[in-house]
Formats: sequence, structure tokens, C-alpha cells
Amino acid sequence: MTRTAEQQQRAATTRRNWALSAPALLVLALFASGPLLIVLVYSFLRPGSYSGVEWQFTTEAWQGIFLTRDIFDGTLGWADAHLSIFWRSVKLSLTTTILTFAFGFPTAWFIATRPARARAFWLFLITIPFWTNLLIRTFAINEVIRNEGLMNTVLIRLGIIAEPIRVIYTDTAVLIGMTYVYLPLMVLPLFAAIDRFDMKLLEAGYDLYASRWQVLRRVVLPIVKPGIVAGSILVFVPSLGAYVTPRVLGGGKNMMIGNFIELQFGQGRNWPLGSALSMLLLLIVMVALLVYVRAATKGGQHG
Amino acid sequence: MKKLLITSLLVAASPALAEGELNLFNWGNYTSPELLEKFKAEHGVTVTVTDYDSNDTALAKIEAGGHGFDLVVPSANYVPIFVEKGLLAELDHSRLKNIGNIAPEWVDVPWDMGRAHTIPWQWGSTGVAVNTSVYSGDINTSMIFLDPPPELVGKVNVVPEMNDIVNLAIFAAGGEACTEDTEVLKKARDMLMAAKPSWLSMDYGATEKLSNNDWAASVNWNGSSMRARLANPDVAYGYPKEGYPLFMDSVGLVADAKNVDNAYLFLDFIMEPENAAMLSSFARYANGIAGSEEFMPEDMKTAPEVVIPEEHMAAGRFLPTCGPKAREYMTAIWTELQK
Amino acid sequence: MANRPFSVTDLPGFATIAIVAFVALYLPIVTLVAYSFNGATSVAVWGGFSLQWYAAAWDNTVVQAAAMRSLGIAACASVLATTVATMAALGTTRTAPFRGQTAIYVAINQPLMVPEIVTAVALLIFFASIKVATGYTGLAYLVMAHTAFCIPFAYLPIRARLEGMDLSLETAAADLYASRWQTFRHVTLPLLAPGIAAGAMLAFVISLDDVVITEFVKSAGQDTLPTYMLGQMRRAITPETNAISTALLALTVLLLTAFFLLTRKRD
Repeated sequence: MTRTAEQQQRAATTRRNWALSAPALLVLALFASGPLLIVLVYSFLRPGSYSGVEWQFTTEAWQGIFLTRDIFDGTLGWADAHLSIFWRSVKLSLTTTILTFAFGFPTAWFIATRPARARAFWLFLITIPFWTNLLIRTFAINEVIRNEGLMNTVLIRLGIIAEPIRVIYTDTAVLIGMTYVYLPLMVLPLFAAIDRFDMKLLEAGYDLYASRWQVLRRVVLPIVKPGIVAGSILVFVPSLGAYVTPRVLGGGKNMMIGNFIELQFGQGRNWPLGSALSMLLLLIVMVALLVYVRAATKGGQHG
Repeated sequence: MKKLLITSLLVAASPALAEGELNLFNWGNYTSPELLEKFKAEHGVTVTVTDYDSNDTALAKIEAGGHGFDLVVPSANYVPIFVEKGLLAELDHSRLKNIGNIAPEWVDVPWDMGRAHTIPWQWGSTGVAVNTSVYSGDINTSMIFLDPPPELVGKVNVVPEMNDIVNLAIFAAGGEACTEDTEVLKKARDMLMAAKPSWLSMDYGATEKLSNNDWAASVNWNGSSMRARLANPDVAYGYPKEGYPLFMDSVGLVADAKNVDNAYLFLDFIMEPENAAMLSSFARYANGIAGSEEFMPEDMKTAPEVVIPEEHMAAGRFLPTCGPKAREYMTAIWTELQK
Repeated sequence: MANRPFSVTDLPGFATIAIVAFVALYLPIVTLVAYSFNGATSVAVWGGFSLQWYAAAWDNTVVQAAAMRSLGIAACASVLATTVATMAALGTTRTAPFRGQTAIYVAINQPLMVPEIVTAVALLIFFASIKVATGYTGLAYLVMAHTAFCIPFAYLPIRARLEGMDLSLETAAADLYASRWQTFRHVTLPLLAPGIAAGAMLAFVISLDDVVITEFVKSAGQDTLPTYMLGQMRRAITPETNAISTALLALTVLLLTAFFLLTRKRD
């Protein structure tokens, strides 16, 4: 008898919890997840003459990501241009993740090792850029690296260079921009992880005559690994789908996946291709997430 | 809570309550704010301008539907496409008392005979704008961007407007607009692909970027180049001798426009000579309204960008609307270039 | 070397890199703010202190409209998102594990994992068909789109607050024969209030800042402040853009300070 009552209670709780979550889930299903299915469907249709689609099933869009037909001799070949855009995006995102980690880890460590009072202050300092509008941050870095921007003006005034170094509109500009924009996203999870780290373990390590480097590598890093994973995800995923930063800093020539997708819905007039590319991007992101999460949980099991 | 609900409903419903509104979809930096102020003062209608950078973007957006625009300003060769797709309404000339002001040479244009769907906005040419302090050689050639001289390699921008760029390349390859000759097209394609690595960027915003030296040269429209020159005297405009496109942009009434009456008011308004001149004075392009000459700003009457010099006139060619095969070729070349 | 006490937590070079990082983070922002007070027209040349760009932005009707729209959408989206997020948080926290709990959690946080461009494209396609079918092109699309991606941002602080709440107070209320609803209204909700406020503020800031999704979903004349600035960035960059940026920044800092004060752990 008690079991049934318990089961009834459990069922009631489940129903209640689902009911409470329902509005949020509905909004998300309609305006976030649901439309993704539409994109999937569109990726299997034929492009309309100037925009939109024609309701005819075809896998041309998916083929078009990897293969391309020469317009004049009709030969089929690899879509080098597409693949180079993907490669550039992955390369830039990985580099951004590594750079933000290189700068972010010491910064997080620094904040976490301040005395308690000062810590709140430093934390606040890192949060402001985190929440500053992405556009404002991209604009700010643009102003610094432009030909007549801060960097070049100072270097010329100091006499170090005679002509401005042209950084803008290169891959480097996009890299600098993305590192700048995503640095706070790496610092915060790292800080959270380091904050929970027990500093006494460091003492133990030093007591055992370990060098600083060894302590870092063998004691600290394995324990803060979840933070590293979280930070890497928070940087890699958005940077892979970045749109604003490459658009403003890349000058239209150094397209990343995000810009290339947008092109298909504007001048490119190929909604199915744009949809297929979006799905591919989503797939890559999901795979990256799985890989990262796997790596995080594996490390944790060694306890 | 109730108040918030009401406010949110109002926010959502506001367009339905709008009176005295007009939504203009136009090229960026192409509408005189002064003119809109004057229009508002005279007719009580607030004009909201939304920018686009290229004909293709405009077409894509209008065709997708649900855009909310009343007026759009396509280039000449796109007007027939808009009309073909039923995106532009036929104009009721009886509602436009100033329709007789259109200069005679711009009334019966091949792409809109008798101005059934559009009225002239502004017209101009596409050439190259070069900062002469960086490069002082001959700038009246497409080679500025198709085969840049050493001083300009890595510093020249190409505006990502398909028709202008592909046609400039076709002219340089010895062909005619709307050609279906694959030899010529192939040559044009190869020239563009070979030149791409030496381009700095493929972006808009020439007026600013030429004046603040972000770019040393760019394929550009004449009016924008004039504005760049006014801000930076080193900028000069070149007319490519291999052949350069002439364009005219005209404003048309979108088929599913909501503010039709206000649209007609505006169309009539810009056909007044003074207003046409005001329009021109902002973007620095010539207009198609007779009688506006006396109201034009002084510097435009003699500017080399606006008044095409004798020796360059022959090379200017109006872009007709091409047949589907030619369009397909051009789009394919352009897509390949864009990647 | 022997004079300095061996600090356990000191890792060589880290402090330097950290300081460099902070400077590098703030330098562009400080420059941007500084130039908003520039008396000259160009962003490269300094021409004395002036408030002219703030005046220009203030008088600019397009900017005004965009700002009003941004604030309006952010307010609506924030309210809606926080409401549904609170309900969802109550349903998924402090409860015995029930079927589908992880699924709900993943679904709620899904906007954080999907690249914005993909969502933007999806909404573009989805809304385009609705716009044509119904003829409605109002701001509701933007409000709903913003609400959706704001939900996880409202959800997480509320959930955190809920998890850290002391159950004993609610048990005490129950002991005093208060009904579920009374307990909720008079005990749980007030205790939860700072978390809800924090969630609402985060949602507001996130909505205010959005560029990509708004850029794709907007119709005629529906520019928000960020999309207006994006347009300006591709054409005419005057210090007016700096002024608007600084104003936005000031608002964000204000809200953040409030957020910090609200979520400060009471020692």
C-alpha cells in the first residue's frame, strides 16, 4: 500500500514539475529549438530564383558544401573555397581558445589568490568587459588596431615605425578581435574552478620538494580541469559561429562560417546552402561539446 | 503586472496604430536627412529609412515578404526583375502631379517605359577612386583593381556589388554587357580570381574609408568618391577606359506597401526641382528631374565626378537587364569570387 | 630571493600576465570612452573636451527610436523570460529526481549551446513564412525571440539562489499549517526575490546587447541600438558611435553593480 502512495506522490511531483517547466519549454520550442528543425528541412530543398526555396527534395545543398561544378566546363571538383572557410574558422577558434587560455589562466589565478576583500573588486573589474556589448568591444578593438588607430599612432609617435602596420582586414585582426572579445569568458569559469581549489595542496606539493612548474602541472591543472573545459567551451563555441567580429574586422574577404552563412541569405541567394551550412556548424559544435565533456569527466574519475 | 501586459501589447501592436509614417528601403548613405526633415515639416509624415548595401540584398529581403517597406530603390537593371516578380506596384500617374518634371531623356527608359513603376532617384557611374598620394599614375583604368600597380597591392578595396564588378571585368576582357560568350566570361572570371589576393577587402563604406586612409583605392561610385574627395583632397575619381557601368537608381512602390498614400506624397515631393537638388546635394549624384540644375550646389556643377569629362564619355555604358543565361553565368562567377 | 617569504600561491610571471591582460582589456574601452568626449570630428585626432557627440546622439531621432525600442524589447523580454524561468526553476530544483529532469535542463540551456547565427537563420526562415501568412510585422517577433534566448540567463541565477536557500523556513511555515500557496507567497518568494531580480537584470542586459538574432529577424524600421551601431560601423564612424557606446556601457555598469549588490553573499 505504501509503495503505491509513494508512487502516486512521485507521479504528482513529476506532473507538477513538468507543468511548471512547460511555459519555458514552450517558448523555447517555438522560438529556439523548433525553428532548427525547419532549417534542417530547408537544407534539403531547392533554392528559389532569388530567395526563399522551392519545395522540391534535393541533396544539392549538402553536396554543394563539399563539391562544386566548374561553371564553364562542368567538371566536378572539391569546393576548396568552402573548405578553406571552414578550416579558417576552426583554426581561428582553436587559436583563440589557446590564446585566451594563455592569458586567462594567469588572470584567473591572480584574482583567485588576492585577499578576500580585493577579490570582489578584481572580479567586478573582469565582469564589466564580460557584459559589455560585443559590438562595443569589437568597435573598441577596431579603433585600436586601425591604420590611424591607437596602436599605430603611438608606434609612429614613438618613432618605432614609419608607416602604419596594416593589421586591419587580415586574419590577425580577426584573431586579435576574438581573443579580446572572448577573454572574459575564459577567465570567469577558470576563476570559479581555481576559487574552489584548496591552496593547501600547493603547500603539500612544495613540502615534497616539487618545483613550481611541477606543482602547476601535476597538482593544479588536473584539479581545475573542469574549469578549463568550461572556459574552452565558452570560447570555442561562440568563436566558431562568430559573425560580428569577423564582419567588422575582416573586411568581407576573410569570411568565417558565420559570415558565409549570412551571405547565403543575402547576396548569395541560396537558402538551402545556408541551411545546410548552419546544420553542419551545429553538428561540429555538438561534437566539440561531446569531446570536451568526455575529456572533463574522464579526468574527474581519477579523483 | 497588468500594466506590463498592456505595455507589451502596445509595443507589439504599435505599427498598426501608426499614422503619418513611411518606410523607405534604400542604399546606405543615399537619402538626404535634410530632405526628410523638409518632407516631415510639409506633410507631417515621418520617413524611416532602412539601409541595404546591394541590389541583391534588397531583392532577397523584399521577395521574402513580411518586410514592412513601402518604397524601395533598385538599380535600373534590377527594376525589370522586381516587376517580373510582381514586387512593384504600377504607379497611378494621376496621383503624381509633378510627373511631367522628369527630364525627357529619363522618361522612356528601356527598363521602365513611360515610368510605369518607378520614378528617378539618382544616377551615376561606377569607376575607381584612388588616393593619389599613394599612387600617382593613370587612374582611368580597371587595372587599378584587376591588376593593381605595386603601390596599391594589398591596399585596394572592391565593393561587393555583383553587377558592377563582374561587368567591369567583362568590359576589361573585351566583352559586352550580358554577353553569353564563354570565352570572354572565362577570361573575366580568371582576371578576377587572379586579382583577388591583392585586394585588401571586399566591403562597403568607401566614403569614410577612403577619407580616413583605411583604403588607398577602391572600386566606387562617383558620388561617394566626390564626398571622399571633399573630406580628403587626395582622392581622385577615375573612369576606366576599358568600359565602365552607368547606373540609375529609381524609387518604386512596393506591391504590398501599407502606407500607399504617404508613398505617393513622397514620390511627388521628390519630383519638385528644388527637392531633387536637395537629394543630389547630399549623396552627390545627379538626378533625373528637369529644372533642378539651378538649385544644385555649386561644387557639383563642375565636379569631375558628376560632369563626365568628354574624353571618358564613350567608355560609359548603361547596364541592360540580361537574359537568364547571362545572369546565371554572372552569378556563378560572383559566387566563386565571394568565397 | 631569500628575503622574500615564499608565497605558496605565487606562480612566476602570472601576476605580470594578469596585469597585462587587465590593461589590454580596458585600454580599448577607455580609449573609446575618452574619444566620445572628443571635440574634433575624426576618431583619430583629439580636439579638446566636448559633449557635442552626446548632444548629437541625443538629438538624433533615429538613435532615440532605436534606443527606445531596445529598452522596450529588453523590458518585455526580461519580464517574460524571468517569469517562465522562475516557474521552471521551481520545477527543477530542490526536488526528488523525476523523469525527464535532465532533458528539461538541457532544453532550457539549449540557447547557450547553439551558435547564435544558427538560431538567427532558423528564426529568419520561421518568421518569414509567418509574416507572409499573417501580414503582421510588429515587434512581437523580436520580443519572443529575445525572450527565448534570455530564459537560460534568467534561469541560472534563480536556480542557484533556490539551491542555496534554507529549507527550514518553509518547513516551519508548513508546521504552522500554512497552505502550499501561502508558504510560497509569503516565505519562498520573498527569499527568492534577490535571485529573481538578478535573473531579470541579466536577461535585460543580454537582450539589450543582442546583435545577431535581432539583425536577422528585424523588419522595416525596427533597428535596435546595436543593429543601428552595426550599420554605422560599416559606414560612417563618427564619435557619435562612441557616445552611444559609452551610454550603453554606463547603463550596463549600473545594472551590473546592482546585480553584484543583490547577489553578494551575506557574511
